[in-house]
Amino acid sequence: MTTTPTSSRPAVRRTRGLQASRTRVALLLLVPMLLVLAAVAGYPLLRTIYLSFTEYNILQDPAPKWIGLGNYWFTTDEGVGLGVLQTPEWWQSVWNTVRFTLGSVLLETVLGLAFALIINSKIRGRGLLRTAILVPWAIPTVVSAQMWNWMYNDSFGIISQWGQKLGFLHTGESFLSNPDTAMAALVAVDVWKTTPFMALLLLAGLQTIPSDMYEAADVDGASPWTQFWRLTLPLLMPALLVALIFRTLDALRVFDMPYIVKGNAPETITMSIYARQELILNSQFGFGSAISVMIFLIIMVFTAIYVTSLRVRFD
Amino acid sequence: MNSKNPTVRTLTQIALWVVALIVLFYVLFPFYWAVKTSLTGPAQLSSEALAWFPTHVTWQNFRDVFAGQPFGRNLLNSVVVASGTVILSLLLSALAAYALGKFRFKGKSILMYIILAVSVFPQIAVLSGLYTMIKTFSLYNTWGGLILSYMIFTLPFTVWTLTAFVREIPTELEEAAYVDGASPLQTLFQVLLPVMTPALVTTGLLAFINAWNEYLFALTFTSDNTAKTVPVAIANFSGATIYENPFGQIMAASVIVTIPLIILVLVFQRNIVSGLTAGAVKG
Repeated sequence: MTTTPTSSRPAVRRTRGLQASRTRVALLLLVPMLLVLAAVAGYPLLRTIYLSFTEYNILQDPAPKWIGLGNYWFTTDEGVGLGVLQTPEWWQSVWNTVRFTLGSVLLETVLGLAFALIINSKIRGRGLLRTAILVPWAIPTVVSAQMWNWMYNDSFGIISQWGQKLGFLHTGESFLSNPDTAMAALVAVDVWKTTPFMALLLLAGLQTIPSDMYEAADVDGASPWTQFWRLTLPLLMPALLVALIFRTLDALRVFDMPYIVKGNAPETITMSIYARQELILNSQFGFGSAISVMIFLIIMVFTAIYVTSLRVRFD
Repeated sequence: MNSKNPTVRTLTQIALWVVALIVLFYVLFPFYWAVKTSLTGPAQLSSEALAWFPTHVTWQNFRDVFAGQPFGRNLLNSVVVASGTVILSLLLSALAAYALGKFRFKGKSILMYIILAVSVFPQIAVLSGLYTMIKTFSLYNTWGGLILSYMIFTLPFTVWTLTAFVREIPTELEEAAYVDGASPLQTLFQVLLPVMTPALVTTGLLAFINAWNEYLFALTFTSDNTAKTVPVAIANFSGATIYENPFGQIMAASVIVTIPLIILVLVFQRNIVSGLTAGAVKG
């Protein structure tokens, strides 16, 4: 680039030279970050994709053995389906993850919006409220999982006690131990932990709406209800959309909270928990990698939708 | 809300207050419950588990956590790993953010897309690849292995946020340094970084919280207490002890790791709210 064809005007050449040297500097500044990113993201991802085409029990096999698409789709001579896409456990984990995602994202959006509207209203002590809702966010996920585990405890848990008193549960039963309510119990933990984050994002959105729009609506005699649906909600849409998609992506890859609270229980196993179970607990690096690749593809499809629908632009 | 009728106004205020109190209770109760449980001794836990207030406040659980468990070691591991992760991420991303925020070159927006893509990586997608890599380089069960693996979620975040901050810095500062003959590195470290201090603190704090809370990699890449971090220790508490109910200790350990975070969050709450929303809205 420095040997750009001759130009009769030296000034142009000087700016070109400057431009080229700035590009070189920029590249040098970027190299360390890019190297680390390639080492922790690029290479491991490619390696995972490669392993997903192999049969590899990391404890028994000396090396991965190439089997093509067998981990994804493979039917034995007896007609038994062994590929990921043929196993009921995978589809169970997908279904669980979908239920978890829909339930938590929906509730978090509604509750988060309510929290944001309260904090944004002219109530005294809203500073205190805003500070208080940061507490669940600040508590580590593992800690909140164990806190709720204790509150869900079948004989000593306060929530189980409430459930038993109100007649939802039998004596000695908890929302967690009952397979029908276990997923709802996990959603409740996630909602408690993450609604504040949602509320903060929406609060930021609410505060960008100029107050004179509400004054104008008041003059026109619009009721608060009408104002909310016709004014607040449409103007809040961009912030709401961003928050929604962020929460969806997080919920789709959820691992820690459900794993600590319910382990590998089939009624609540999520895609990530299933992948780790096959990879680490069962040492199936080939099959487990195929599950990981499937999760990666699902997340990437969602991200693509996010980037295109919001027209995210840089620079 | 802007009603002229004073009765309606008072009623609205009261209704808002009731809702606000419900919200406060909902948000704070589980934490209160954890603190209360942590102050109840193992002998009383079964009988007082459901009591609203502790009757005999005791520090027994807090002493037991350090005496009966290698919790001190877990804390040290967490502090070293989280701090190491933050320092390394900030250093690498300060260089990168300078390039991305102030330089024009081809392929920049593609690069930004790649960084965004990495920031939404499901960690599970790299787990098997990282595992074999960490084994190969003998980083399994070490601080270094954890710090390296944590880069996958801290680095995209710090690069992204710092780039947004660098872009806001007036170009005149950099031009003045250039005219004075400063090299790019001098410009970055002596001119830009001092201006960026608030951004570095906010970004570093958020990255620290994320690294402090990380569970999947810490669980998978450690085998014993040489490198096991606090989240893994707290998650594995149950069943690891012979006590009939280890929840008193679990809650004590939980309170120990949470209090510093809550203090940090309360002190820096303004920065955190702006940092969170900036990071989220810009990707």
